[in-house]
Amino acid sequence: MVSLSPIGGVRQSGRLFALFLDVGRMTFKRPFQAREFIQQSWFIASVTILPTMLVSIPFGAVIALELGTLARQIGAQSFTGAASVLAIIREASPIVCALLIAGAGGSAICADLGSRKIRDEIDAMEVLGISPVQRLVVPRVLACILVSVALNGLVCVVGVAGGYFFNVILQGGTPGAYLASFSALAQLPDLYTGEIKALIFGIIAGVVAAYKGLNVGGGPKGVGDAVNQSVVITFMLLFAVNFVITAVYFQVVPAKGS
Amino acid sequence: MGVEVAVHDLTKSFGRQTIWGDVSLTLPPGEVSVLLGPSGTGKSVFLKSLIGLLKPDKGSIIIRDVDIARCSEGKLYETRKLFGVLFQDGALFGSMTLYDNIAFPLREHTKKSEREIKDIVMEKMDMVGLAGAEGKLPGEISGGMRKRAGLARALVLNPEIVLFDEPDSGLDPVRVAYLNQLIIDLNAQTDATFLIVTHDIGTARTVPDNLGMLFRRELVMFGPREVLLTSEEPVVKQFLNGRREGPIGMSEEKDAAQVAAEMAAVEAGQGSYVAGPKGGGGLGVPPQIQPSPGLPERKAAGRRKQRVLEMLHTLPAPAQKAIQDLLEQEEREEAEARGAVRSGPS
Repeated sequence: MVSLSPIGGVRQSGRLFALFLDVGRMTFKRPFQAREFIQQSWFIASVTILPTMLVSIPFGAVIALELGTLARQIGAQSFTGAASVLAIIREASPIVCALLIAGAGGSAICADLGSRKIRDEIDAMEVLGISPVQRLVVPRVLACILVSVALNGLVCVVGVAGGYFFNVILQGGTPGAYLASFSALAQLPDLYTGEIKALIFGIIAGVVAAYKGLNVGGGPKGVGDAVNQSVVITFMLLFAVNFVITAVYFQVVPAKGS
Repeated sequence: MGVEVAVHDLTKSFGRQTIWGDVSLTLPPGEVSVLLGPSGTGKSVFLKSLIGLLKPDKGSIIIRDVDIARCSEGKLYETRKLFGVLFQDGALFGSMTLYDNIAFPLREHTKKSEREIKDIVMEKMDMVGLAGAEGKLPGEISGGMRKRAGLARALVLNPEIVLFDEPDSGLDPVRVAYLNQLIIDLNAQTDATFLIVTHDIGTARTVPDNLGMLFRRELVMFGPREVLLTSEEPVVKQFLNGRREGPIGMSEEKDAAQVAAEMAAVEAGQGSYVAGPKGGGGLGVPPQIQPSPGLPERKAAGRRKQRVLEMLHTLPAPAQKAIQDLLEQEEREEAEARGAVRSGPS
């Protein structure tokens, strides 16, 4: 349960941070749970790929429609492609990635660990002298990172393709101009930052879900509460972190042409 | 020989609510002890504190010179390898078959080949009567089978201390009887220290060497089973008889005046003085369950006899009498057995 007193809140954050450190430490402890890692990567990929694609198509389309209209109003049709690529790669794709990795991947991890916790499986594992963090949490967090980074690439491709379709086919834009302006504004560091964001989102989503799952109390209802809290907390953290990274990015990497 | 567990002044609370305080007891090495208590008195919490899953607020738990309540995490994981724990519902890993569940500790902690692992797992599964169910998933079997599989997994590393969290809950009386026999047989075979947490009176009367009871946030009593079984302490007596009259109420505690009235009625021999539906039958001290024929004698039984005789003069009079009666009965039986052997091959 989330305590409403300020001390409770600080304690929760502290324990969450402690789990971050534990995961970091245990990642390099042998033996590495390769089998669990592959299984979890496959599992998280399977619950996120389809929703991600279905979300990114309309997302790309909305951006394309907005920008297409705006560009026409200010007479800059030739930059429609440039602007929509920039928007998707810089912001849309990490955000979609964050939503899906927290909403689909994180909730599944939290529910899985939470139900193990209430069945005493986690305790049993500790009693058998095996650290649940090393055995269960580390492979899940690493799987989250891998899938998140891969998803980011997927969202970029699907989003840009969706934008192209809506702009060129539905709004009657010129294909040549759209494609030619692709790299007018966007640059490679934009893509790198997107991937770094996805990586950090993966870590946060994985650790928060594991933390909430491992600290379930109060039976089956507790698992439901934990999943709910895990998704909400992850969303808030991811959006805040996204803002910070973007702000830092603009300070570090100069915009193209400036 | 099993390991001694010495608990001293242990206190545990969740927030402002004290679960139990100042619990001190020593589990003698190799003996079977039962911890009784009404539902919700923190028996499971006590068990979890013993294995370091919960940190007590104060006090110490000494196992082989390591204080579980205060040692480093590395030491804790090391010491836990001495333990085998049977959780209430078996706590099997839901994604693994029974075979993999039982093989799990061996695969994680030993460098044994799959062939050796197979031999050990099959032996343990046979021991708990699960031969043939290797490929089943925990979700596909009954609660009793899950419990027995959990027991097999707890035993697979040959633990020195075995903890049972309500081994009888959710089992029918016949299965409980088999499980109790299994517990005694295992104790005879392994000579490990056993602690059983339960509220089953039948188990408490016949299985253990030592008996303890938790009530109202403290350890009411702990000692040789004869002491509790003959005790006149109202809480202990009420609980062992499973009746309504006494200090234990539906919601843990009763009104003092009502308790006094009920106790007076009991003294006067009125009301439902007889044992309740789960009373486990009978008064006095029934003989302890013995290992199945063909198994070695329990080594702990000899040590216990020695220990109890040494402390005999400190025990209350009814307990002394019960112990002497049991000893005499034992001697008579031995004498008869000798006589039977002598007259046997005529």
